Amino acid sequence: MKRTTTKKTTARRPARRTTKKAAPAVSHVADKAPDQTRTEPLPSPASAYFFEERHDRFERHTLSITVDNEPGVLARVIGLFSGRGYNIDSLTVSETEHARHQSRITIVTTGTPMVITQIKNQLERLVPVHSVNDLTADGNPLERELALIKIAGKGEKRVEALRIADAFRAEVVGASTEHFIFQLTGRTDKIEQFISIMAPLGMVEVCRTGIAALSRGPHAMTGLASRMP
Amino acid sequence: MKRQQKKASRDGEQMSGAEMVVQALADHGVEHVFGYPGGAVLPIYDEIIQQDRVEHILVRHEQGAGHAAEGYARSTGKTGVVLVTSGPGATNMVTALTDALMDSIPMVCLTGQVPTHLIGNDAFQECDTVGITRPCTKHNWLVRDVNDLSRILHEAFYVASHGRPGPVVVDIPKDVQFATGTYTGPKKVEHKTYRPRTKGDPNAIRAAVELIAKAKKPVFYTGGGVINSGPRATELLRELAKLTGYPVTSTLMGLGAFPASDPQWLGMLGMHGTYEANNVMHDCDLMVAIGSRFDDRITGRTDAFSPGSRKIHIDIDASSINKNIRVDLPIIGDVASVLEDLLTIWKAEKPKVDQAARKAWWKQIETWRGRNCLAYRQNNDVIMPQYAIERLYAATKDRDTYITTEVGQHQMWAAQFYGFEEPNRWMTSGGLGTMGYGLPAALGVQVAHPGSLVIDIAGDASVLMTMQEMSTAVQHNLPIKIFILNNQYMGMVRQWQQLLHGNRLSHSYMDSLPDFVKLAEAYGGVGIRAEKPDELDDAIQEMISVDKPVLFDCRVVALANCFPMIPSGKAHNEMLLPEEADDDAIGKAISASGKALV
Repeated sequence: MKRTTTKKTTARRPARRTTKKAAPAVSHVADKAPDQTRTEPLPSPASAYFFEERHDRFERHTLSITVDNEPGVLARVIGLFSGRGYNIDSLTVSETEHARHQSRITIVTTGTPMVITQIKNQLERLVPVHSVNDLTADGNPLERELALIKIAGKGEKRVEALRIADAFRAEVVGASTEHFIFQLTGRTDKIEQFISIMAPLGMVEVCRTGIAALSRGPHAMTGLASRMP
Repeated sequence: MKRQQKKASRDGEQMSGAEMVVQALADHGVEHVFGYPGGAVLPIYDEIIQQDRVEHILVRHEQGAGHAAEGYARSTGKTGVVLVTSGPGATNMVTALTDALMDSIPMVCLTGQVPTHLIGNDAFQECDTVGITRPCTKHNWLVRDVNDLSRILHEAFYVASHGRPGPVVVDIPKDVQFATGTYTGPKKVEHKTYRPRTKGDPNAIRAAVELIAKAKKPVFYTGGGVINSGPRATELLRELAKLTGYPVTSTLMGLGAFPASDPQWLGMLGMHGTYEANNVMHDCDLMVAIGSRFDDRITGRTDAFSPGSRKIHIDIDASSINKNIRVDLPIIGDVASVLEDLLTIWKAEKPKVDQAARKAWWKQIETWRGRNCLAYRQNNDVIMPQYAIERLYAATKDRDTYITTEVGQHQMWAAQFYGFEEPNRWMTSGGLGTMGYGLPAALGVQVAHPGSLVIDIAGDASVLMTMQEMSTAVQHNLPIKIFILNNQYMGMVRQWQQLLHGNRLSHSYMDSLPDFVKLAEAYGGVGIRAEKPDELDDAIQEMISVDKPVLFDCRVVALANCFPMIPSGKAHNEMLLPEEADDDAIGKAISASGKALV
């Protein structure tokens, strides 16, 4: 992997959407994440017998899961996450291969490296699951999200909203004299930034799709993945 | 032979959903089904009574059917089958399903459901069965079309019994049972996605051989996976142990895979395991975990678990690897297949085991054994529970005996004092710890082994949770023997209250226990009581010779506790031994932080 194209900026930062953002301007390109190369030994797993505070590093991973599109399959997957206490930061589901009744579930999750491996193994154990791919572990995946944002208002604020939308290349997909609905596609951090700028300009509603992700390069992701470390 | 022909001839035939259920059971070689009828399964019951290939055992509560199927499966290696109705029938199965999931027992549970057009309507005896049982099954299905039914039934048997075994649920609406469709035989079914890996990575196995040969202080730590893998796995484990001369210990679920009479046997390990087994685990330099999952009852506190060892972990379930304990060499595969490959390499390469180191290791082990950690003080006036199990063992060890248990002190004493020589002879609720498991499980075992001696070593509290199944035993002439160690307490609860809660015995005293002898008679069984040590042997002989279900009320000393024990939050080498466990030590055994743990 050449690192020239991969600017590791916010890719590994835990996605906490609700927390306050720093400066809403265009500074996000500048704040570099610390170097991710690991030197210390891997942490040991959790257990009923741990009473010490755990300080393992949390990592953010994007998992792509292909499943048989049978009733209840989504409930199985998210039930596994809630039942075993794993995090879901983003979830996107849709049928991708209609003829073969297969769906693709993209989940962004955060956890210690141990937990991420467990999540993979637990998902692979589910009967209707074809494959589980950790796109983050396989390289820097291409991640996109779509958001619809409704802005109501008149006068100066309305003009300002339109100007900023233009700068972000958001599209106007619905409008009246009193409101706009913008459609914006891009990386999660771009969308979050857009939302935080729009908030004081009369934003009334936001809807986001969650992340769709593909690995880079010409190949499809690997099929049944049960590689052990 | 006859069945074979029948099977072939029915493939592709038109029949009702209810007929398909019975046909599929017959095609999978099912001879016994445990169940309880109700509105939503009546069409299937109507088919059952009109045939004689599948025998139905009527229980008194659905949970009993579930545990009976577990006992049946555990003692035969076959898949247990239950048939219950919708709503309460299904919800009553949840405990048994969860129990089977935790202990990896293959089980197919068929539930009736309200007709498809009523699903979601809050109909009478409707519940979201697949929703409720989703987290407590390996997989489950709601059948909406009769033409999917035979395929799903075959898949259900496949999923339940392949890979790491477990329970599955097939929920069949009543209209699907009535509808007519095409039956497909089991041969045409191959599962789309579920194909568990059984063959271990040859490079990993080669590396394992090297590690095992070089070890100076090794131990085999075996679990229920060896038994689940089948009799061949047991043979191979014994062969490997013999070839290497290394010590063997086992979890609660794995008892019987290695003979208790063998000099290399250390006894069970874990919270109530032996002093030698736990110290071997703590001090070893190589741990070979075979079909065991590093449960928290085994590890004690994980940051102090076997600090100096390298660990090999053979397991069919990848999600068991590195879950609780980080291992150095994982081998994902079926125990029998992996051990077969391992032994082939071992025999070809004939590696040299370090004899001097092995000798020194065994010398060390003998000093731990010398502590005689299971010793107890004999009493001439009252029966000690440990003594009761020793006498029971002496009277039954030369017979064709199967043991089940409930959950609590009696279960641990049974594991410590009853020696198992063969696999599939020991049925107990390990993972879930279900009080009330043993009596119905014994029913299932007796159904599978009609001529054998089946004993449920029980506690007075546990046994009352599923006591109604005595009625089942009487109805079906199943002469199970319920050997109750009656101390009039929930012994293990009381023990923990002594350890953790200043000996305040909150609701652990069983006031107003029934008269078990009269209770047995009321059910149509036989009641026996023993109160003094000198009458125990005769009473046990009487129990064995009676050809009827027996409730044996063995009155034992009330306040005995189960030792040795690793107190919560302590390491393997910090065991509390019986001779040290006076009131003061018990009160101080667990630190403030350890009290938060289970």
